[in-house]
Amino acid sequence: MDVLPYLVAVWIFLVGCYGLATSRNLIHAVGCLAVCQSATYVLLLAVGYRDDATAPVFSDLEPGSRPVVDPVVQALALTDVVVGATVTALLLALVIQVAKRHGTVDPDELSELRG
Amino acid sequence: MNPRTRLCLVAVGGAGLAALLVAACLRLPDFGGDSHPYGERAVRASLARQTANTIASVNFDQRAFDTMGEMTILFAAVVGCVVLLRQTRDEHRDRPEPADVAPPVRRYSLIVLPVALVVGLYVIAHGQLSPGGGFQGGVVAATALHLLYLGADYRALERVRPVGLYEVGDAVAASAYLVTGLAGLIGGTAFLANTLLPYGTFNALSSGGTVPLLNAAVGMEVACAVVLLLARFLDQAVEIEEESGK
Repeated sequence: MDVLPYLVAVWIFLVGCYGLATSRNLIHAVGCLAVCQSATYVLLLAVGYRDDATAPVFSDLEPGSRPVVDPVVQALALTDVVVGATVTALLLALVIQVAKRHGTVDPDELSELRG
Repeated sequence: MNPRTRLCLVAVGGAGLAALLVAACLRLPDFGGDSHPYGERAVRASLARQTANTIASVNFDQRAFDTMGEMTILFAAVVGCVVLLRQTRDEHRDRPEPADVAPPVRRYSLIVLPVALVVGLYVIAHGQLSPGGGFQGGVVAATALHLLYLGADYRALERVRPVGLYEVGDAVAASAYLVTGLAGLIGGTAFLANTLLPYGTFNALSSGGTVPLLNAAVGMEVACAVVLLLARFLDQAVEIEEESGK
């Protein structure tokens, strides 16, 4: 199956979306967003994969002696991991404040504004 | 909207999205195929600039401007966390009581702490040569400090972690990246263009022109950012208590 890795990424993304839409807990929703994001890692790394290739690092590899996987998508996935972690931290900080001010983390109960 | 109609709506939208995504997947290049035009060009450019780790070259040379944007997101997220998690008027700080730590845990974490710290710094320093770099090494170095919280207690961690200093460090690292980029302008080329420094010998510590400098700046920023984030969350968990009777 040539498209199976891409379909896995699609599946992970849709599972994350389903979790986001049906979530009854904001912490759970932040986790689902992280699941959606990990789908992009799977997609990126699947796009960059190459049969019989090795990592694009030439410190112990003669340049040109072996095929290497696509370094561009690896760099994209790498920066996204750290940025995603800090953005998740920001969202969790928001959840802490929501829980303190409203006493609930259920998004359905958060319908009114409060200062 | 009641949960039932919402679920129906999600099912309809999800089915449409799934159909579109699957159709897109079928048109993608074959998995594991040989055609990677961008990858081949990136490898060639990286070798031309004496950077052994192509991923570091992509991040800090070929798309250094993009990495600056990502670094800014990181910085903004940390500032947002610091603002959101500060102590409010109806809260007060309680000094945490020291807790007993099992001797094996204490021994293990105190042995691993220096090792983990050195590994983190090594990964940052060798970002242009071996797998790793500022993003990963920064996280390793920052989490190494928190072994002190596991092995000793919160007060010991506070002593090695003056939060104010790390806030300054975060800002200094972000500016260092900008200043390295601006140095290119003064040198008569473009912003963040890697033409200022000699490219050095292949596979040596001082190779890749400005790549090691930008890498170090990002490493410092990520380390400071992770320390700050964990400090704020630990504050919330350990120190800040809500005023009683409210």
